[in-house]
Amino acid sequence: MPGPKRFSVKRKRVCKFCAEKISYIDFKDGKLLSHFIPERGKILPRRISGVCSVHQRQLSQAIKRARHMAILPFVAD
Amino acid sequence: MRTYEVAFIAVPTLTSEALDAFIAQMQSVVEGKNGKVVKVDNWGKKPLAYRIKRFRDGYYVILTLLADGAIIAELERRFRVADHVIRFLSVRVDEDLKRSEKMKIARQRKSVSRPAPAPQPASEYEAVPPAAPIG
Repeated sequence: MPGPKRFSVKRKRVCKFCAEKISYIDFKDGKLLSHFIPERGKILPRRISGVCSVHQRQLSQAIKRARHMAILPFVAD
Repeated sequence: MRTYEVAFIAVPTLTSEALDAFIAQMQSVVEGKNGKVVKVDNWGKKPLAYRIKRFRDGYYVILTLLADGAIIAELERRFRVADHVIRFLSVRVDEDLKRSEKMKIARQRKSVSRPAPAPQPASEYEAVPPAAPIG
């Protein structure tokens, strides 16, 4: 597939939430969630953050709730 | 009775007495309909991530309740009517907490059945030593 090469070998394969055994991702935890929204405020895709599918769904829902409650921005600059 | 978390943001121009009075009013609404307020978490004035109606910060309050849907509907109606509440969000958490409890217990059981090689992360549930039999 044509395109820029990715340093996917360097990416952690371990889901951060599975490793720390966190089972409920709280939307109020701005500090934890802010690791997963880089500069522009977009939600990181799984292949970059290394999160497993179960936690990615919970994380994405928590981030959207946090955005609604102005804990995280929708667009950041 | 289900467990809910209700979070709302109040305008920063409120005095703390007015805010406390409003929280007490919401509590009485819940108690009056046979609900129970488990926890009131007042974060105080915090900066908002973006401007809401010209305000750049607000008072964050989180209520943890044991209630049913009718109580939550009534609370939300009051939030919508109140001039000084600019955002609210109610989340039902009993299923999530139950699931999280089950996973913790399953993990505990798994770590007991096989000898624990690595130290467990510190948490109030993992304070039980792995050698203790469960069930």
